[in-house]
Amino acid sequence: MENNLYVSPSPHIHGGDSISKNMYGVLIALIPAFLVSLYFFGLGALIVTVTSVLACVVFEYLIQRFLMKKEPTICDGSAILTGVLLAFNLPSNLPVWIIIIGALAAIGIGKMSFGGLGNNIFNPALVGRVFLLISFPAQMTTWPEPGQLTAYTDATTGATVLSLINEGQLDKIPTLIDMLIGEMGGSLGEVSAIALLLGFAFLLWKKIITWHIPVSILATVFVFTGIMHLVNPAQYASPLLHLLSGGLMLGAIFMATDYVTSPMSKNGMIVYGVGIGLLTSVIRLFGSYPEGMSFAILIMNALTPLINSYIKPKHFGGGK
Amino acid sequence: MLRTFRIGGIHPPENKLSAGKKITALDTPKQVVIPLGQHIGAPAQAVVKKGDLVKVGTLLAKAGGFVSANIHSSVSGKVNKIDDVVDASGYRRPAIYIDVEGDEWEETIDQSATLVKECALSSKEIIDKIAAAGIVGMGGATFPTQVKLMPPPGNKAEIVIINAVECEPYLTADHSLMLEKGEEILVGVSILMKAVNVSRAVIGIENNKPDAIAHLRKLAADYKGIEIMPLQMKYPQGGEKQLIDAVIRRQVKSGALPISEGALVQNVGTAYAVYEAVQKNKPLFERVVTVTGKALTSPSNFLVRIGTPIRCLIDAAGGMPENTGKIISGGPMMGKALASVDAPVCKGSSGVLLLTREESVRKPARDCIRCAKCVNVCPMGLNPTLLMTATEFQNWELAEKNHITDCIECGSCSYTCPANRPLLDRIRLGKGKVMGIIRARKS
Amino acid sequence: MILIAVISLGAIGAVGAVFLYAASKKFEVYEDPRVAQVQGVLPGANCGGCGYPGCAGFAGACVKADSLDGMLCPVGGGPVMAKIATILGKEAGSTEPMVAVVRCNGTCQARPRTSTYDGTKSCAIASATYGGETGCSYGCLGYGDCVNACAFDAIHINPITGIAEVDEEKCTSCGACVKACPKNIIELRKKGPKSRRVFVSCVNKDKGAVARKACTNACIGCGKCAKECPFEAITVTNNVAYIDYTKCRLCRKCEAVCPTGAIHALNFPPRKEAAPAQPKEATSGATSQPKATAVKEAASVKPEAAPKATMEDKTSLN
Repeated sequence: MENNLYVSPSPHIHGGDSISKNMYGVLIALIPAFLVSLYFFGLGALIVTVTSVLACVVFEYLIQRFLMKKEPTICDGSAILTGVLLAFNLPSNLPVWIIIIGALAAIGIGKMSFGGLGNNIFNPALVGRVFLLISFPAQMTTWPEPGQLTAYTDATTGATVLSLINEGQLDKIPTLIDMLIGEMGGSLGEVSAIALLLGFAFLLWKKIITWHIPVSILATVFVFTGIMHLVNPAQYASPLLHLLSGGLMLGAIFMATDYVTSPMSKNGMIVYGVGIGLLTSVIRLFGSYPEGMSFAILIMNALTPLINSYIKPKHFGGGK
Repeated sequence: MLRTFRIGGIHPPENKLSAGKKITALDTPKQVVIPLGQHIGAPAQAVVKKGDLVKVGTLLAKAGGFVSANIHSSVSGKVNKIDDVVDASGYRRPAIYIDVEGDEWEETIDQSATLVKECALSSKEIIDKIAAAGIVGMGGATFPTQVKLMPPPGNKAEIVIINAVECEPYLTADHSLMLEKGEEILVGVSILMKAVNVSRAVIGIENNKPDAIAHLRKLAADYKGIEIMPLQMKYPQGGEKQLIDAVIRRQVKSGALPISEGALVQNVGTAYAVYEAVQKNKPLFERVVTVTGKALTSPSNFLVRIGTPIRCLIDAAGGMPENTGKIISGGPMMGKALASVDAPVCKGSSGVLLLTREESVRKPARDCIRCAKCVNVCPMGLNPTLLMTATEFQNWELAEKNHITDCIECGSCSYTCPANRPLLDRIRLGKGKVMGIIRARKS
Repeated sequence: MILIAVISLGAIGAVGAVFLYAASKKFEVYEDPRVAQVQGVLPGANCGGCGYPGCAGFAGACVKADSLDGMLCPVGGGPVMAKIATILGKEAGSTEPMVAVVRCNGTCQARPRTSTYDGTKSCAIASATYGGETGCSYGCLGYGDCVNACAFDAIHINPITGIAEVDEEKCTSCGACVKACPKNIIELRKKGPKSRRVFVSCVNKDKGAVARKACTNACIGCGKCAKECPFEAITVTNNVAYIDYTKCRLCRKCEAVCPTGAIHALNFPPRKEAAPAQPKEATSGATSQPKATAVKEAASVKPEAAPKATMEDKTSLN
């Protein structure tokens, strides 16, 4: 009988949301930052991003097809997103082979070894990035100066704002306007605060993420570094400088808000965000690394299950 | 700023295709099948036997317990048999089959259309009349109304809240009833107020029905203590606890009855049935049913005798479209899918919805990506994905600790899930299991 | 330098050792060594079939109990209970081997689908939703709650019939599937001599005509078997026959008279002559002959089980 009626438990309609819609939504939100990186880093940014995305997608396909023996789900966009986020955390003069190793670490170790999308504990792109940072510290901490459009691995390199701060060379820091637009050294996707904020607005509008995590991270960093700045302005840079420099914006808006590795309840999200903000500030101000965003997010990723089991969503009728 | 409930909620597309359609009375079919269990609680006990002649409004079955309701004949004719019928859930349940002959009503029923405003009965008399008429919650929960009107000792109703939000997409039965029987509804509400001895009533209507709000507001000026409150549109505002939260800003505690916060919630259809029962001596044997669906030629609101096969309703609305994939009794969020169109209309049938084959099939489920969208939409503030996993792994302790029994089965979680996970399927199962465990522990 | 390190580490080690020793003495919990011994002979499946929380719980209960009467590890059966009895020096209660039996033969051919279930593939959820895809609301749904419950890989859904089938070799009669089945189709029955047993493979309580319309293999409650049975082992209640396995003497007279083939006799040798009393044999799916048909081989999950006349026999096509 062809015309049998379907029967299922309620609800009988679905909102039409899907994993791929969310993933492609985040990718769209990353477009402004990508355009800015093309504008400042030119060919290098393009090569790094394309390599990273291709490598991530290929690795995901191969692992799902041949190791996990299930239908590959590369079309849902999550591997592409991991690739883009990984690229955005890399300097634009990184050689192709290092990027491929990073992609393998991100997809293979960060994601698939846990069972694929939804089961990973750590943000895959950050696993890839930190893997590279520890394995290739030299290549990972020299960033090209912006404005060399045709250069790739041969680009002249310079220091980032944070390394200048770390070394105490406060006089060489670019102006806040330059930092807002992104005319400074750094990983290719993190430089332009304004482009990232544009993406944030898009994500909020599309209801892909809520404001809780990014705002709590940024607010914590601002308050913490602000207090330190007030205590000793000569040694500690101003909070605005901290907000606009390094991977803070990229991390707060796009990396920390990764669905899989962030807490579920609103209050949990705020705890998680405050934790990331504190850890980042502490590493930046007192640690030997100039930037602590990646480590902070990974540490809080590890604490997410704990946060989830202790901080529950507000329960109806459980007190006002 | 209009009020609404404060936790979670979703905004599914309204699709109120039959809005503004006049209520038309559907012809009585040749045979009606009246199930004995149309309400929550014990099924009714048949008091007629094969071959008996019955009139419209004749008592067919008496309430079979405290939580139960009388059942009356919706047609005049001869009892053909008392046998099983495949009801809306596909299981066989006892029912009374009546062959229709003519349309003769019981003499006690006032068939005139005149409005009777005054009601001199006492609270007890009103409740008895409601019980005799077999009235149950008309929104779909089908809880016997007289039981709700007799709160357990120690509780006292302070306010009557009338549920006229009709937050389910597609359905317009309550909407059309408010437009056409506004005056009767208001009398019904005053009778309910009298029955539980309160001086204030609020009719909550979502603001996608501005005509109903305006109409009832105009009429309510003549009725003391009845207020019309427009509410923001949000599903599941028709949930009892959600509506109380929206209207009087009080949250019923976990596991408690709404009456513990002084609220008595009744559906607007119930208020109309109460009017008819108390003022016109008319038992509950017909109701307004929305027949709707995108592929249907003429979505309509019908006044239908209980026991009419759903097939007749679909035929009257233009016939079953070629590509019908699913037929739902009720709304798309909480209604029951039917395995057969021969199931009869019951007291709780608020609508018949036909989905096309494309709309019917679920998409394959993926692994949970922990996006927490289900957590954000859950109107009870639960963690649906955790509850689903707990059920899957039969960890009933974890499920109970995370308040699985508070789930109102509204379906917002499944509706929202980007990974198409059937969250509610499992949670509903787990809720049943945990409630069973709790009951076993208590006894 | 090295000396300091060695001494300090050694000191820390010594302090730790003393502390651990003290703690282990102070907080020691005495456990009867026989519990561990009993646990050693138990199968270790933790299936809960004995009614205790896992094998450790059962071992503890055995040691504490005054006699082993009524204590049974359904998985290990008699031999394991005998071993436990020797360890504890107690008398083992006598046990009869049991096996799970799926009492439904509503194959895809016999039971036409009238709707398509599109919810979560779980028998419990489907049966809470509605009666099922076919006209029979009592039969096997085939979504495999029993398969998931089985710790011994002994029950599977036959992809051709859509019905659960028990692998007698692996079944330990722990009863997990019986509890898991929301339709209460699965029953533990006496395994019988040479695994021979006779049972009614249907639980449909509908009236004969309704049941027959929904499924050609249904028991229609005609009562012929009950009249035929010389041992009063068969009762018909709610339009369905039931054979009491404690009374059944495996004469197979009931099987011969059943008009729909709802009564199954398993693991019997082929009948010598074609009995004239069973004209419906040709049209019904139930026979006692070990027909190792191609269908069965394709369907049976365990290939070596195919040549034997087991539950798979039901699948032989009409």
